[in-house]
Amino acid sequence: MATTMAPPAPTAGTTFSPKILVFSTNNISDPGIDLAGSSHLHYSPRAMTIAVPCSSGIAPEWIAHAFDQGFDGVFIASDGEECSYLTDCSERSAKVFERAQAMMAEKGYAPERLKMAAICSVCAEPFVKYMHEFEAQLLELGPVGVA
Amino acid sequence: MSERKIGVYVCQCGGNISDYVDVERVRQAVAEDPDVVVARTAMFTCSDATQEEIVDDIKLDDLDGLVVASCSPKLHTFTFRGVARRAGLNPYRYTQVNLREQDSWAHTDDRLGATEKAIRLVRAGIARTRLLEPLDPTVVETVPRALVIGAGIAGLRAAIGLADIGLGVILIEREAEVGGHVRELGTMYPHDRQGQELISELLGEVRRREGIALFTNAELVRKGGTFGNYEVDIRTRGDSNMTRRFEVGSIIVATGFDSYLPEEGEYGYGIPGVLTLPEFKKLVDASEGPLVYGDRPVRSVAYIYCVGSRQGEGGPHQYCSRFCCTSAVHTDLELRAKSPKAHQYHLYRDMRTYGRYELLYNDSREKGSAYLKFAPDTPPEVQRRGDGQLEVRVHDQLTSQEEVTLDVDLVVLVTGMVPRSNQELIQRLKLPVGRDGFFNEIHPKLRPVETVVDGVAICGACQFPKTAGESVASGLAAVSWSAAMLKQGRAELDPQVATVDPDLCTFCGACTEACPYGAIGQQELGGGRQVAVIDPATCKGCGGCAPLCPEHAINVLGYTGREVEAMIESLAAGVA
Repeated sequence: MATTMAPPAPTAGTTFSPKILVFSTNNISDPGIDLAGSSHLHYSPRAMTIAVPCSSGIAPEWIAHAFDQGFDGVFIASDGEECSYLTDCSERSAKVFERAQAMMAEKGYAPERLKMAAICSVCAEPFVKYMHEFEAQLLELGPVGVA
Repeated sequence: MSERKIGVYVCQCGGNISDYVDVERVRQAVAEDPDVVVARTAMFTCSDATQEEIVDDIKLDDLDGLVVASCSPKLHTFTFRGVARRAGLNPYRYTQVNLREQDSWAHTDDRLGATEKAIRLVRAGIARTRLLEPLDPTVVETVPRALVIGAGIAGLRAAIGLADIGLGVILIEREAEVGGHVRELGTMYPHDRQGQELISELLGEVRRREGIALFTNAELVRKGGTFGNYEVDIRTRGDSNMTRRFEVGSIIVATGFDSYLPEEGEYGYGIPGVLTLPEFKKLVDASEGPLVYGDRPVRSVAYIYCVGSRQGEGGPHQYCSRFCCTSAVHTDLELRAKSPKAHQYHLYRDMRTYGRYELLYNDSREKGSAYLKFAPDTPPEVQRRGDGQLEVRVHDQLTSQEEVTLDVDLVVLVTGMVPRSNQELIQRLKLPVGRDGFFNEIHPKLRPVETVVDGVAICGACQFPKTAGESVASGLAAVSWSAAMLKQGRAELDPQVATVDPDLCTFCGACTEACPYGAIGQQELGGGRQVAVIDPATCKGCGGCAPLCPEHAINVLGYTGREVEAMIESLAAGVA
């Protein structure tokens, strides 16, 4: 068994649609994702967002947990340089990212399943573009936990 | 699993959600949860009637958790915290689920996908709510004084309003003179007052009030302290290069706008006789009798609208500047009063003389001004012929696209407002800037002057293009907002801050070093054991320290590891 708690592979005849967990931030990237919706820009409804105060506060364990639960990809919509809390938010978020990838390697999840990009409060189009690209990449990788 | 009594309300948002999401299916799917006692849909969850229904449900069923699945948490979090509070439920045992901006509106093309996502999102909200503990906000004392940045018409009026309500005011203006753009305006609609006269009057009122300290040639150079009691350093230039420090409870930004300056050659700008609207207005205002330009009487004028506004994809100013149609029409009437025989041609894309400004538009047409509509892809062309005559050619959409050639003495480019470059202030106050470059309020209707930065509001034309009257109205809104907070003498700080589990902490010091706010200290427990302790009033709740704790002893309340992992599990689960 490659990974535990992974959902069953889709049965023949069904099409695979990747499940993406997005971590956003209350003040910066979540408003950007809101704006994508307000602008009626479409992305996969299997991309779902959890908003937290700041991307530097995302625990690598949460990311590993998402894969264990069957998410095919995790996208961190980080604060980038716009963080209103921490001037070194980018560096801190990058460390979270690295630690999460190390955990993923231990559990056998491909590192490409984790993505991070700074999404500003009006970055609606970039967010949707990232979602489309990530979904295409995950379609190629196939469902998580399937060798 | 703990037995909870949770109420769930799924909003239709008058079709904004229910047109794209099967809300009844969502309701049924979540009603099965053993901890959900009440599950309802509502046309508008935020309506007074539904709010009262929720209050009644909470009281009747003794609910200990509330989930509202409607719009973005940016809009109604405070509304529903208030609902919980009124019903005697701790406001922090409520979760807002974003079914509109992050579901129905983003997936208008996929009803099944949007419905399944809605079920997952609401279940995640329930999972989080199940684990939420009651929290009490930290109360901070507020200083009864406000800083107003910018002494244009909005800032001046705000300062007077604040003083009259009994608050101290520090009013600063970067220029040597107060009054901003309005100072330079001539006769203004609808009261026919001169801009200079209005500003002098307001300045007189400001000077009459002891509670207002006005500094010109002054800028904010630093903001320190914390919400409720910000320390601001004001530097004044000139004879005395001085920096003064004040404590203020709120900050109102009223820094105004810049006028769009056309590029050289844009609609002939640069050719003598081609002017922007502000340039032309000054000319008309200064003229005692019939208008003269370059020693010759002005017999004809062509106005070209939307210059620098409503630019297409990729343009920096894609928005409509709102006020310029009315301003051009008003200027037409001002000119007509001085040069009654002048021919005036208005080349427009769309007219936006809203509200009572429609009367000006009608007046101008009835008095003989001609309005020609052009299409954005065939804009008017301006050139100076060999004989020195200014010529404007336009395809008139109202007369079967016929090309009309106008020989005119002046061409007026009806330019709009653009955001003012103010990078330093943006950095110092962490002001949120929108895609159009103007400052962003939390919500244009629901919280029209507040920003995401605690204690910092915006008003006037730094938000978006406004008339003087609208700027004053928003200035007064900022006064009400300040007063509501500062007259109480206290404000609540979000209790969703980081906490340390003393049983797990070994005081390695990693978190203490990581906090730039100095919120994390050391505490000795019984037996000499050292643990970290976080001051809830200093902590901003970013959670940057939490992933650094090797013992997983730090959690942000409302975003704890257990809560987030429970949400992940619900989002990942099937929806059958």
